[in-house]
Amino acid sequence: MKILKRQYIILAMLLFAIFFPLLTQNEYLVHVMTLSFIWMIGVYGLNLLAGYTGYLSLAHAGFFAIGAYSLGLLTVKTQMNFWAAFVLALVITSVIGFLVGLIALRTKEHFFAIYTLCVGYIIYLVIDKWDSLTEGVRGLIGIPAPGNIGPISFQTPLSQYYLVLSILLLSVLVMYRIIHSLTGRTYIAIRNSEELAQTIGISTIKNKLAAFVLSTFFAGLSGALYASFIRFIGPDIGHTVITFDLLTYLLVGGIGTLSGPIVGTVLVVWISQQLQFLQDYRMLIFGPVLTLLVIFYPRGIVGAIASWNNKRAGRTKQLALKDTQKDDRFASSEIAPENQVKEG
Amino acid sequence: MFLETRNLTKRFGGLTAVNNVDFSIEQGKINAIIGPNGAGKSTFFNLMSGFHSPSSGKVFFKGQDITSLPSNKIAKLGIARTFQTTNLFEQSTVLDNVIVGHRLRTKSTLIDAIFRTPRLKHEEEQCREKAMEVIEFAGLKKVEDKLVGSLTQEEKKRTAFALALATDPEIVFLDEPAAGVNPEETEGLAELMEKMVQNSITVCLIEHKMRMIMKLADKIMVLNYGEKIAEGTPEEIRNNPTVIKAYLGGSASA
Ligand SMILES: Nc1ncnc2c1ncn2[C@@H]1O[C@H](COP(=O)(O)OP(=O)(O)OP(=O)(O)O)[C@@H](O)[C@H]1O
Ligand SMILES: [Mg+2]
Repeated sequence: MKILKRQYIILAMLLFAIFFPLLTQNEYLVHVMTLSFIWMIGVYGLNLLAGYTGYLSLAHAGFFAIGAYSLGLLTVKTQMNFWAAFVLALVITSVIGFLVGLIALRTKEHFFAIYTLCVGYIIYLVIDKWDSLTEGVRGLIGIPAPGNIGPISFQTPLSQYYLVLSILLLSVLVMYRIIHSLTGRTYIAIRNSEELAQTIGISTIKNKLAAFVLSTFFAGLSGALYASFIRFIGPDIGHTVITFDLLTYLLVGGIGTLSGPIVGTVLVVWISQQLQFLQDYRMLIFGPVLTLLVIFYPRGIVGAIASWNNKRAGRTKQLALKDTQKDDRFASSEIAPENQVKEG
Repeated sequence: MFLETRNLTKRFGGLTAVNNVDFSIEQGKINAIIGPNGAGKSTFFNLMSGFHSPSSGKVFFKGQDITSLPSNKIAKLGIARTFQTTNLFEQSTVLDNVIVGHRLRTKSTLIDAIFRTPRLKHEEEQCREKAMEVIEFAGLKKVEDKLVGSLTQEEKKRTAFALALATDPEIVFLDEPAAGVNPEETEGLAELMEKMVQNSITVCLIEHKMRMIMKLADKIMVLNYGEKIAEGTPEEIRNNPTVIKAYLGGSASA
C-alpha cells in the first residue's frame, strides 16, 4: 500500500512539473524553476558520490564550471555545432574527473574533502586567470541556446524549461537504476565499510573511480545546461560557494536518498527567493537552520519523513502482532529512526 | 598443501606482531589459532587475507603465491573472512546485507545497471538466490527482513558468517566468532562451523573460548608474542608445557 502511495506522490510531482509553466504564467518563476532543475542534476551527481559511496567531494562546482566553460568555449570560440559541443563538454568533464579521481581517491574522509576542496579552488583559479582562453573575469558571452533537435527548437524559455525537465527526468531514471542495481549495492557497501567491501571481493578502487567520474559527469551536464540557459558565464560559477550551495540542497533534502536532491533544491531555492530582501543576511537564518537539520535529521527532510512513516508502520505492526508474537523483542519501531537510507 | 604461510613476519614500527610463523591449514578441517590477547592472531589473519602486506615471508593458497595480492583478489580466489568486530550495515536488512556478498561472482557493470540489461536482471536474481541460500544455511531465515541493528549479537555473528559464505569461499577465516555470545549460543555457532566443514568449506578460526576450541578444532596453533609456540591436536596442545606456561604466566584469558 505504501508503494502505491509513493507512486501517487511521484505522479503528482511529475504532473505539477509538467503543468507548472501553464499554472503560473509567470516567466520569472519558470526561469527560477528551470534553474532549479539544472541545479538538481548537479546535486544528483554529488549525491551519488557523497550520499551513496561515502566520499564527500568539494570540487563539484569546479566540474560544473568545466562543463559550462567547455560548452561555452566550444560554441563561442570554435563555432562548433551545439549538440556536438554539448556531448564533447560532457566527455571533457568526465575525462578531467577521471584524472582527478585517480589521485583524489588515494585519500579518504576529511583528507578527501580537503583535497577536493583544493582541486575545486584550483579549477576556479585556472578559469579566472587564464584570460586568453576563458576571457577571465570578463566572462564568456553569447553562448547559444540549445540547438534544434529535428523540428523542435529551444529558443523560448518555455521550450528550454521542458528540455531541462526532460534531461532531469532522464538523470533521475539513471540514478534510480544505478542505486537499485548490483552496482548501487556495491557503492553502498563501500560507503558502509570499505574494509568489509574489500573482503567480499569488491574492487574499491575501480568502483570509487566509476562513482567519482559519474558524479563529475552529472556536474558537467548541469554546467553545460546552465551555460546554454543563462548564456553568459563567469569564473564565479566555479567558486567554492557554488559547491556549498549544492551541498546545502543535498543536506536539506536528504543525502543518500533518491528524492532528496529534488526536495532540497526546490525548498532552498524557493525560500531564498522569498528571503531575497534580506540579502546576505539570509545566511543568518540558513546557517543555524542547516546546522540543526544536520544534527537532528542527518538524512534531511526525505529521511525524516521516511523515518516517521516507518515509525507509524512499526506501531501498527506492533499492535497487530501483540497477541500472536508476544515475545518478539525487536519490533521494527524500536529501530525505525535508523531506517532512513533505503527510503526516498 | 591447501593454505600455507612461510616465515611470515609483520612488524609495526618496533613491535613484531607476527614473528616468522610457518603454518599450514588442512583442507576440510577446523583449524584454530589461539593465544593470549595481543599475541598477533588478528594480524596473522590480516596477513593471510591480504589486509596487511607482510614485512617478510610468504603466503600460498593451493600452490599459488598470494602474498602480494590485494584482499579483493584474494576473496575471488575463494578465501573469505569475518572481522573481530562485526562491521555490517546496521541500518539495512539481513537480506540486503548479504546480497552484495555474491557481487564478486557477477560481471554486470554500470552500463548494465543503466540499461537494465538481461544480464543484470539475471545476476541480481543469482545474488538474491545465493543470499537466501546462505541465510537459510546460517539459520537466519526468520530474521532475514529485519534490520541488522535490531539483531542479537549471535544473529549478527551469523549474518557475518552468511555474508562470508555468499562469496562462495573454499575457506573462511573467522576472527573470534563466539565473542560476546552466551554459552548456549556458542554451541549453536560451533554447530554451524561443523556444518560448514560438512559442506566442504575449510574453517580457520581465532577463539578465546577454550572449551569450545578443544571440542571443535581438528588442529590448533598457539601464538604468543607473535611467535608460534605450539601446533597440534587439541590433546597435544592441552598437555604442552610451553602452552600451559604461556597461558598461566601471561594473561590467562581462557
Ligand atoms: N595496524 C596496527 N598498527 C600497529 N600495531 C598494531 C596494528 N595491529 C595490531 N597491532 C599490534 O600488534 C599486536 C598484535 O595485535 P593483534 O590484534 O594481532 O592481537 P590479537 O592476538 O588478535 O589480540 P586479541 O586477542 O586481543 O584480539 C598488538 O600489540 C597490537 O597492538
Ligand atoms: Mg584479535
